[in-house]
Amino acid sequence: MDLRQETGGGLWEALRDAGAAALVTAGLSFPILALRTVENLDNKLELEQRWPLMFGAAMLVFFGRLAARVPGAGVAARWIVFVCAAFAAIYLVIDAWGMDADFPAPELVALAVALAAMVGLWLTAPFAATSALARKQQGARAFLGARSRHMEFAGVFALFAFPLLALWLLGPQGSLKWINNYGVQILIYVMLGWGLNIVVGLAGLLDLGYVAFYAVGAYTYALLSTVFGLSFWICLPLAGLFAAFWGVLLGIPVLRLRGDYLAIVTLGFGEIIRVVLINWTDLTNGYAGISSIPRITFFGIPFIDDDETGFAARFGLEFSPIHRTIFLFYLILCLALLTNAATLRLRRLPIGRAWEALREDEIACRSLGVDTVSTKLTAFALGAMFAGFAGAFFAVRQNFVSPESFTFGESATILAIVVLGGMGSQLGVAAAAVALIGGMEILRELDILKQVFGESFDPAQYRMLVFGLAMVVMMIWKPRGVVSSRAPSIYLRSRAAISGEHVGEGRG
Amino acid sequence: MTRWLSEPLLAVDHLSMRFGGLVAVDDFSFVAGRGDITALIGPNGAGKTTVFNCITGFYKPTIGRIALARSGKIEATGVEALTRSGRRSAVSQTCDLYLLERMPGHEIARSARVGRTFQNIRLFQGMTVLENLIVAQHNELMRASLMTVGGLIGLPSYSQAEKLALDKAANWLERIGLLDRADDAAGALPYGDQRRLEIARAMCADPVLLCLDEPAAGLNPRESGELNDLLLSIRDKDRVSILLIEHDMSVVMKISDHVVVLDYGRRIADGAPVQVREDPAVIAAYLGVADAGETKASVGGGQ
Amino acid sequence: MGNFLQQLINGVTLGSIYGLIAIGYTMVFGIIGMVNFAHGDVFMLSAFIALIFYLALTQMFGVLSLPLAFILVLLGAMVFTGLWNWAIERVAYRPLRGSFRLAPLISAIGMSIFLSNFVQVVQGPRNKPTPPLFTDLIKVEVGGYDVTLSYKQIMIVSVTALLLAGFWFLVQKTSLGRAQRACEQDRKMAALLGVDVNRTISMTFVIGAMLAAVAGTLYMVYYGVVNFADGAAPGLKAFTAAVFGGIGSLQGAVIGGLIIGLVEVFFSAYFSSDYKDVAPYAILIVTLIFMPSGLLGRPEVEKV
Repeated sequence: MDLRQETGGGLWEALRDAGAAALVTAGLSFPILALRTVENLDNKLELEQRWPLMFGAAMLVFFGRLAARVPGAGVAARWIVFVCAAFAAIYLVIDAWGMDADFPAPELVALAVALAAMVGLWLTAPFAATSALARKQQGARAFLGARSRHMEFAGVFALFAFPLLALWLLGPQGSLKWINNYGVQILIYVMLGWGLNIVVGLAGLLDLGYVAFYAVGAYTYALLSTVFGLSFWICLPLAGLFAAFWGVLLGIPVLRLRGDYLAIVTLGFGEIIRVVLINWTDLTNGYAGISSIPRITFFGIPFIDDDETGFAARFGLEFSPIHRTIFLFYLILCLALLTNAATLRLRRLPIGRAWEALREDEIACRSLGVDTVSTKLTAFALGAMFAGFAGAFFAVRQNFVSPESFTFGESATILAIVVLGGMGSQLGVAAAAVALIGGMEILRELDILKQVFGESFDPAQYRMLVFGLAMVVMMIWKPRGVVSSRAPSIYLRSRAAISGEHVGEGRG
Repeated sequence: MTRWLSEPLLAVDHLSMRFGGLVAVDDFSFVAGRGDITALIGPNGAGKTTVFNCITGFYKPTIGRIALARSGKIEATGVEALTRSGRRSAVSQTCDLYLLERMPGHEIARSARVGRTFQNIRLFQGMTVLENLIVAQHNELMRASLMTVGGLIGLPSYSQAEKLALDKAANWLERIGLLDRADDAAGALPYGDQRRLEIARAMCADPVLLCLDEPAAGLNPRESGELNDLLLSIRDKDRVSILLIEHDMSVVMKISDHVVVLDYGRRIADGAPVQVREDPAVIAAYLGVADAGETKASVGGGQ
Repeated sequence: MGNFLQQLINGVTLGSIYGLIAIGYTMVFGIIGMVNFAHGDVFMLSAFIALIFYLALTQMFGVLSLPLAFILVLLGAMVFTGLWNWAIERVAYRPLRGSFRLAPLISAIGMSIFLSNFVQVVQGPRNKPTPPLFTDLIKVEVGGYDVTLSYKQIMIVSVTALLLAGFWFLVQKTSLGRAQRACEQDRKMAALLGVDVNRTISMTFVIGAMLAAVAGTLYMVYYGVVNFADGAAPGLKAFTAAVFGGIGSLQGAVIGGLIIGLVEVFFSAYFSSDYKDVAPYAILIVTLIFMPSGLLGRPEVEKV
């Protein structure tokens, strides 16, 4: 049952193969899914048996795999069969076992679907192979790589218009969610993605502790504002500088290391920063975090409901908390665009070309007299600086920081955005941030599912589950990211994008 | 007197390189003359590439001294004085002297101006042919961009420097016949073109000594002929000295002024091509691994 | 002195667990050059599987003999964790083999997020207190200090030693071990010589998971509580141990695990238990700067 083999063969083979896959699924589900540990009244653990779930998952996989392997069917037909099979399996199980209303609990049905989706990846493997050709053609065309100036202006204009449009269409109440949860939240990750893109995408240095610099920025603003009462506009550059300083401090000893060693050291550094934030309670207040951080002001004018000094009063508007949110949106938009502009400009300067050359071949760089250590250090420090800016913004937006926000999971998410977007591609990274972070936000509020699975169903619980799966699926779908091609930094005659197959990924 | 004795540019003294128990280069000395094409030959595994890596700073030699005069000529007294001083380089009126074994790799390329190519081509595959040649001018452009700051704010002097760099790159592309492919990915070029591009890239960094590691390996006779012309023009037109490792005896005999033969990490012969060809020790060394006729005809080493 | 001895015992116990997990990281890295970030969560999953097996045996099948139950739990955890890792490799890593270097890494991070959340959803987010096992203690007074050596600790160290010996035999003396080492050296050449590379890689994942399952079982017994989030920290520390010992080196993984365990225990005993998690990383960073290929790793000769 080789996954990669052609989906040919007879019906018998397809059946046998599907049976084997179903058996594996049953084996996987047997201890962990079919038996649930629950505490009884004496706080002792007991086992709750949920065999239908195991059979449901196995059947799902059986039908799914069968649908994928049945000889002579088209791709669309296979998927239709698969979806039908999935629903059939679920209902069959529920019906055949004559369960009462909450057994299996709706969550568990959903979970069976999730488990099946994991094995469903299996099914997509043969399809992925056929799309390899399409991918190549796409790379040559590089539809996102080379884009026109007009498109860029239109995009930026749309971003600036977004909060006003939302406000106009949905009113102050309705638009808050869109501007804050989608707009600001996504833009923070776009900015972080772009910052990390300098380190990972351009210079090819695998940084698994990027969130440490984000934390440095956030705590810089949190502490400077609460202890010394400094304003955000003074703290913002300081946060960036401070984070860059930490980047250099960490970079000097570790950038001599290559490959995965650099990754583990940066990871260790990220953990150290977090542990220090947790335990240095005199400074950081530990787990409890720093609260009542001063909120953002309109260059000194506070967003408060005050007839004299408030932003709304000064500008003759009716007070609404949405003003602050919109201002925050524009602030992070400007910060993100600054990151982007700096990156695009640096790419066309010798330092940027040296970063990319370093990613392609470090030894050749040395033979040409490029000082690899200082080149890496600048990439590291610049990436850290943008994370520092983003961190200060995070602190002023939340008016609260705690170590919980700076876990390895955050670093992994940002890295995933960069890799999924296509290393080195600004637009790809932005697209990946929109897809991943926006997708997570959407998952947060899928109330429709409640109608399907009942009131006890909590979609938030499945958010990270689906997020993790999505990362795996997207990698298998596009291992080099959404935009794998590379736009040259300088050209003689024509500026055609370079196909991703030639572009290196760095060893550092 | 031959040029490598009258006007030496590179002097390697008592060079030894050990990897664990293995002695790759053993008390090896030679000099290369300014304006010469010096060929370093020897059977597979003789230690030629190790010598290269020591000269270009990729390995730190276990023992030995490698002196290079960026300008002027090497004189024993100057080298001795510099060695004792513990410094890396000395600039005097007669010569600009560097002790390469004391310098890190990128400094050797940047200050002492030693350029090199690699046995298994190392281009920046995902960058365009043009970008490869621009990266080679990194240090000059960095200076022009005032360590990036000037470039960021768009100083006109930087645009000027970039334009000059582009002209230089275009000039080299014309010389190696790749002007049409300037905006293609370097990794997409055919093998022979990649070899020539790597040489052009090294030349764009303005070396005084160009070290070529088997430049003719894998080339067909036509390409090999073109390569000879390119190397001769680099020697005669650009006045850059060349040190080359080569297995293809037709290339070695045709273009080199000076041949040094290495076997088991030791120097077994040194002299003009005709002299070396007749040397019994050389014939013995080559016969040990292959028939003399075969050696002559062999195109590229299978290292 | 007494305190020192006590910490030594605790450190070796913890280090045994780290060492067992670290082998999984080092083996996978050795054979396909990939950092398997999901390995810590596989370890966590195995602890849950062990717990479920123990409850099933004692409550549903009425197995009363503790040693018998323990052996069955160990076997069950090994088999089913092995199966899980086999399936994970098949689904999430194999399609990416030979692809972009970071792709399998991201896939592994995704798998790690999936696994911990999967266990959270199916088993619940709360801590699972496990029944106390092997509770007897041996007390010795050394220099006015009561040194306690629990049966648990004896059991953990001896089971680890025994399984490592078996593992050693497997890798050094069997054809599977040879195939593994061949694939590590040169996968293409091994395939040309008739080694079934896919099978060898699958088996590497299975064996790594089995050792992680041993660690998971011992962890469950030692700490008496398991949680869906328990994979991250031991996973990171075991990975640290693998790198510290020299990634790719099996002895290195075990020694690294022991050292990281000892460092953590001694640091929290003599300096600060708040910062105990900093110590292993700090030592790792310092080691890598001065000894870039770890304690026993093959020094990387730069090929020019």
